[in-house]
Amino acid sequence: MAKMSGADIVLECLKRLGATTVFGYPGGVVLPLYDRLPAHPEIRHILVRHEQGGGHAADGFARASGRLGVALATSGPGATNLVTAITNAMMDSVPTLFITGNVARNLLGKDGFQEADITGITMPTVKHNYLVMRAQDIAYTFAEAAYIATTGRPGPVHIDIPKDVFIEESEFEWPERVSIRGYRPVTRGNPAQVKRAAALIDAARRPIVFAGHGVILGRAHEELRTFVEKAGVPLLHTLLGLGGMPHDHVLNYGMMGMHGSYWANHAASNADLIIGVGMRMDDRALGRFADMNPTAKVIHIDIDPAEHNKNIIATIPIVGDVKEVLPQLAESIQARSHVEWIRWIDVVKDEHRASMSIPNGDELTTQFVVDRIADAIGHEGIVVTGVGQHQMWAAQFMRISRPHQLITSGGLGTMGFEVPAALGAQVACPDRVVWTICGDGGFQMTFQEIATMVDERLPVKMAIMNNGYLGMVRQWQELIYKDNYVAVAMSQPDFVKIAQAYGIRGILVTEKAQVTDAIAEANAYDGPVILDFRVEAEGNVWPMVPAGAALKETVESSEEIARLLGHAAAPVKAPTR
Amino acid sequence: MRHTVVALVEDRPGVLNRVASLFRRRGFNIESLAVGTTEEAGISRMTIVLDGDEGIVEQVEKQLYKLIDVVKVSDLTREEAVSRELALIKVRCTREQRRDVLDIVQIFRAQAVDVTPNSLIIQVVASGDTLDALVDNLRPFGIREMVRTGRIAMVRGSRSTAVHEHESEQAQRFHLESGRRPEEEELPFVSK
Repeated sequence: MAKMSGADIVLECLKRLGATTVFGYPGGVVLPLYDRLPAHPEIRHILVRHEQGGGHAADGFARASGRLGVALATSGPGATNLVTAITNAMMDSVPTLFITGNVARNLLGKDGFQEADITGITMPTVKHNYLVMRAQDIAYTFAEAAYIATTGRPGPVHIDIPKDVFIEESEFEWPERVSIRGYRPVTRGNPAQVKRAAALIDAARRPIVFAGHGVILGRAHEELRTFVEKAGVPLLHTLLGLGGMPHDHVLNYGMMGMHGSYWANHAASNADLIIGVGMRMDDRALGRFADMNPTAKVIHIDIDPAEHNKNIIATIPIVGDVKEVLPQLAESIQARSHVEWIRWIDVVKDEHRASMSIPNGDELTTQFVVDRIADAIGHEGIVVTGVGQHQMWAAQFMRISRPHQLITSGGLGTMGFEVPAALGAQVACPDRVVWTICGDGGFQMTFQEIATMVDERLPVKMAIMNNGYLGMVRQWQELIYKDNYVAVAMSQPDFVKIAQAYGIRGILVTEKAQVTDAIAEANAYDGPVILDFRVEAEGNVWPMVPAGAALKETVESSEEIARLLGHAAAPVKAPTR
Repeated sequence: MRHTVVALVEDRPGVLNRVASLFRRRGFNIESLAVGTTEEAGISRMTIVLDGDEGIVEQVEKQLYKLIDVVKVSDLTREEAVSRELALIKVRCTREQRRDVLDIVQIFRAQAVDVTPNSLIIQVVASGDTLDALVDNLRPFGIREMVRTGRIAMVRGSRSTAVHEHESEQAQRFHLESGRRPEEEELPFVSK
C-alpha cells in the first residue's frame, strides 16, 4: 500500500466520513495540512475570521443539517479560541469534530512558540479527545472520533495533531468498524421499564410531556407526535426542544421555563405525571428543583443515564434513544384523551395569555419584529438567535414548527453565537432562508464573520434588536437589583455603515410601519443584510421565573416580582398554585 | 456514608486526568484513589473511596461511565469484599522502646522492614480500620513519616468484576499505543 502523509490521511478521513465542509483558520503548525488542501478538492474549506466563529459555524452547520460539523484551528491561541465553541457544543450535545494542530512532538511540553496543552484544556468540555502521536493512528482516531461524536448522546470530539505527524508518512488504513468497550450506548428501552412507564401513563389523570433537544437530535419528531396523540398528553417544550412538535399542534402548549408561558409552567407544576423526553431537567427549564412538582411521578427517557436522578428523581428512568423508546411506549399504552386536564390548562391559558403577547403600542418592539419575521419566512426558514431577551422573545414568538428550524445556544448561553452559527447553518442549507435575531451586544462580539459571509456568498439576514442595552442584564438589574444599572448601557456603532463597510445591504428600521417592508427587502436581496431595528429600550421579557424560584412562582409583572422577592412594602403573598 | 467504587479503565495517557478532573468539577469528594494494572493487558484498575449519600454515588458511577476510557464500574460497598491498604510507617524508636514497638507490630501482624538505633520502618497490610488502630498505637512513640496506598478491594467468592470483553487486535493496539510518545530514537525535527 502506498504511503501518504498525515495531512493527506486527515483529509482522506474527512472524505470517508462525509464531513467535507471544514470551518478553519490556518497557522504555523497546520500549514502542512493546508498545503495539501488543494489536492483534495472535495473538501470545502471555509476561511473564517476568528476560530471561535469557526467553531460556532461548525455547531450551526451540525444543528441545521443533523450532520457532523467540523472546525479546524492551529495550535496555541487558535486552539484556545475554540474552547468556547467546544463547550457550547458540549452543553447542547451537538455532534462536532474539532481538529487542532500542535507543536512538533519533540517540542510538546517544552512551552514552545504557540504551544498550549489543548487536550488538557478541553478535557472537561468534550465528549472525548485525542492527542495523535503517529500518522498511522490518524485513521483509527478519526473513525472512532466521528463514531463517538454522532452516536449516543452526541457531542464534541477534539483531535489534536502535532505538526510533524501531519508530515510523517504512513499507510492509510480505514477501519471497517470501530469498537470501543468503554462506550456502548443503549438505544432500546428496557422492556420492563417501558411496561411500568406505560402503566403509569395509563393511570395518570394529569400527565404532561416535557420534550427536549433529544427529540431533534434523535430525529424522533414523528415518533413523539404519534406517542403524544395516542396518549392524549399535552406537551411542553424546553428551549432547545422547540420544533419537536409543530407549534400549532393542538396538544402543544409551548415553552416552559424561566421565560416559558404562565400556563406551561403551571401545567408542569400541577401535573400528576411528568414524561421527560430527551431532556436533562435543567434549572432554566424547571426552576427550583425541590418545588418544581414534588408530588408528580416522573418518567424520564434519556439516552444518557447520568441525567436520570441528577436534578430530579425519576420514578421510572428509561435509558434509550427516544426514537426507539417512544414507539415502544406508544405500543404499550391505551389511547386516551384528558379532556378535563386540557380544559384546565386552556382556562389558565385564556386567563394569562396577556403576559406573553405582542405589545399593541406604537413603539417598535422585538416581539413585533420577531412576529413579522416569522410571518415572512414561515417554518421553512431557519432562525438563529444570540442569548438574552431577543432569544427569549424569538422562542416565544417565532412559532417554531419543525426540527432544526431554531438554532440557539441553550446550555452555555453563548453571546456571539448567532452570527457565526447562522453562517454555518446557511452553508449546511443553501436553499433555506437563514435569519439571525441578534442582540446589539452579542452581534458586536462576533460580527467579523460577515467578511466570511461575503467571501462565501452566504446571504444571511442579520436582524439586530438594538435597544442600546444588554437587555437581559438590564432586566435583572431593574427587577432584581432594584434599578441599579451597572455596566449595561452601550453605545453602538452605526450598523448600517458597518454593512456598507462590508459591501452588504444595511437597513435602518425605527418605526413599526417600516418593519414588513424592511424584512421583504432583506429577503429579496441576494446577499447578507444587516437590519438595525431600534427597538424599545427598556422592555422586559414576561412571564418570568426569577433564578432560584419555582415554576409555580411564575410572575407576570414588575409588581409581582417585587412582591415575590420582598422588595416592596407590600406583604409577600403566597404564590397561588 | 463511605463507598468503595472500582473503575476498570483503559490504560491510556490522560485517563487518570480524566477521572480526577471529573471528580473535581462535579464536586465529588475522594478520600483515596489507588491505581494499578490488572490481569488484562491494557486495563488499569482504580479503587476509589469516597464519602457521600446514595445519590452522589449513583452520579459518580454514571458520570464515570460517560468517560469513554472507563470500561466498567462496580460499587463494592454492599458487597462481601476483601479490602486492604498497605502502609509504611517510620516510627521514632530508641533501643529501649524497640521491644514495645515490636510487640505492637506483632499484634497487628505487621512487619519491621528497616531498623536504625533511633527509628523503625513498619510495613503493614490491613483494612483501613486496622491500620488506623495501629497508627493510634504507634503515635505515642512519634511517627516521623507515613505513607498509605489507599484502599484496594476485591469481591469475595468466585464471581469476578473484571472486564470480560476483549477487543479486536487492531482496537487493542490502538487503545494501548495511541497518544503515547513514540519510542523511536529520533523524531523528525529534533534539534541537534
